[in-house]
Amino acid sequence: MKLHEYQAKQIFAQNGIKIPKGKLAKSVEEVEAIVREFGKAVLKSQVLVGGRGKAGGIKLVNSVDEAVEKAKELFGKEIKGHLVEKIYVEEQLDIDREMYVGFTLDRANKGIAAIVSSIGGMNIEEIAAKHPDKIARKTINPKWGLWDYQIRELLYESNMPKEYFKEVFGIIKKLYNVMIKYEAELTEINPLVVTKDGEVIAADARLNIDDNALYRHKDLAELKDYTEIDQLERIAEQKGLNYVKLDGNIGVIANGAGMSMATMDLIYLEGGKPANFLDIGGGASAELVKEAMSIILQDKNVKVIFINIFGGITRCDQVAEGLIKALSEMKVGIPIVLRLAGTNEEEGRKMIEEFLKQTKEEIVLVETMEEGAKKAVELAR
Amino acid sequence: MAIIIDENTKAVVQGITGYQGSFHTERMLSYGTKIVAGVTPGKAGMEVHGVPVFNTVRDAVEETNANASVIFVPAAFAADAVFEAVDAGIKTIVCITEGIPVHDELKMYWKVKDSNVTLIGPNCPGIISPNKSHLGIMPPQIFMEGNVGIVSRSGTLTYQIAYNLTKLGIGQSTVLGIGGDRIIGSDFIDILERFEKDKETDLVVLIGEIGGTDEEKAAEFIKDMSKPVVGYIAGITAPPGKRMGHAGAIIEGGMGTAESKIKALNEVGVEVGKTPMEVAEIVKKKLKR
Repeated sequence: MKLHEYQAKQIFAQNGIKIPKGKLAKSVEEVEAIVREFGKAVLKSQVLVGGRGKAGGIKLVNSVDEAVEKAKELFGKEIKGHLVEKIYVEEQLDIDREMYVGFTLDRANKGIAAIVSSIGGMNIEEIAAKHPDKIARKTINPKWGLWDYQIRELLYESNMPKEYFKEVFGIIKKLYNVMIKYEAELTEINPLVVTKDGEVIAADARLNIDDNALYRHKDLAELKDYTEIDQLERIAEQKGLNYVKLDGNIGVIANGAGMSMATMDLIYLEGGKPANFLDIGGGASAELVKEAMSIILQDKNVKVIFINIFGGITRCDQVAEGLIKALSEMKVGIPIVLRLAGTNEEEGRKMIEEFLKQTKEEIVLVETMEEGAKKAVELAR
Repeated sequence: MAIIIDENTKAVVQGITGYQGSFHTERMLSYGTKIVAGVTPGKAGMEVHGVPVFNTVRDAVEETNANASVIFVPAAFAADAVFEAVDAGIKTIVCITEGIPVHDELKMYWKVKDSNVTLIGPNCPGIISPNKSHLGIMPPQIFMEGNVGIVSRSGTLTYQIAYNLTKLGIGQSTVLGIGGDRIIGSDFIDILERFEKDKETDLVVLIGEIGGTDEEKAAEFIKDMSKPVVGYIAGITAPPGKRMGHAGAIIEGGMGTAESKIKALNEVGVEVGKTPMEVAEIVKKKLKR
């Protein structure tokens, strides 16, 4: 779960990291009132996507009139497909220098990667590519935690100017504590700013929490912004289905994450385009199959549905039952390609064959997933 | 010989009185797996499908000499279950549980590593050495004893490929899913090392997917292996930044694409099948040589 900047900053502040003065606005009027109080300000669109600044989501304003004009522009604007509904209004900082501090899960080394750079403001991959002498990276073993010598190494190796050592040292330590305490997958301050007055302040904030740990962080779980998630993906999540919307026209239902991806890939190899990833999981009930059908049918691009089931724990007769239920209760109106293999395959196929005698819906039974993908692509043309 | 589990494996089921634990205990028993004990705190003295239940793994090990464990407990208690098994002296742990917090998984990883214990999973379908032992939730009827090892990050896709092999008359030595999470107990290299040493395994099928760099690292290892490896990678159509079902199946910052993995494997001479059927055909072709 990604937190918005204003939410992450609150958490940073609670953990002793300095943040600029700021307030959240949900309307032009609110922006106006805050800028009246602050004087000069920065309007920052609260959308959960990187590169907001470059995409025009961040505006410097020097007067109330300018703030009103820019706020009108920003509210309702789409930034990389994300609608701006909230603006975080902050005081302007007199920036002397920009730096970077971040922590992220280190899959390859089974630990937590600490990354520090003595320059900041651009994305970290770019810093690494262009200024390898100004960036340092270490893996922290979570068993032992972060030690002071590691912080010193990060500072020396990133060529951090001596005068900022003490301040940045403290921030690295505090940000690591945030990473651990809130069970984050990633947290970063980019840029970490030194102002002309010599203050070190988190000018931006990223904090992504592990979804699997949210049960231990109920206060954070409440911050989840569902307006940021695709509507169909949101409905699917509530039904316990793994669904990701894509832009093709062949709907996919399969059991297992790897199997669902393999099904999408097969469609692509046959020259078609999958409309989605949908994994009904192991041991799916007839009811869940029905829900899966209803979600896919809400995607108006879908011209064919390819259901690819390999029954292990999942029983093919259950899948057939769910499908028949779905087809009896709603009008599908597009062809379905069905592949049932494994546990209770014969029963499942028989049920479908019986059902086909009394319905106008089109179901094409195939033997293998390769054949099914081919058929689905043909029918989508 | 097979790897990790065989006819000498004596397993305890942690979470045996739960729905999943009980259901799969019955299936493992009927396959002939030696399930010698179950553990659920507070349920000592009970029996599940004839298997005695203990309060702690330590009690179970003392009474039955169990040397392996299968974990079915809910995500919130799974790390605790792994630590308990390790401290009770269990040497092979299979953790089926899905949805474990990743910071817990980091601790699990270092706990087993430091104690020289083999952890398979979490978020995995388990492991089967056909006709010898099955610890997990796989459909055992589709497997056949033979000389091909299969290691995979997926469940159902593994069944599909094993099923294709079995249909071609090609059996398997050991088949295991290492799990779909970002931090797992055993990665591809850990398993490839064992297959390389195993006398019953002549060829290995590696089934990977998007996310992380485990396949790329495996390719480095495969370069020096004497046995042929055949690959499959799922997710060439997966969009970046989206989690595809498994917690670990995500392309982040341009890393972990299917293209990168296929390229790394091809570079060390691994043929990567475009479809599950093609994988089986490549295996057949290679075994004939």
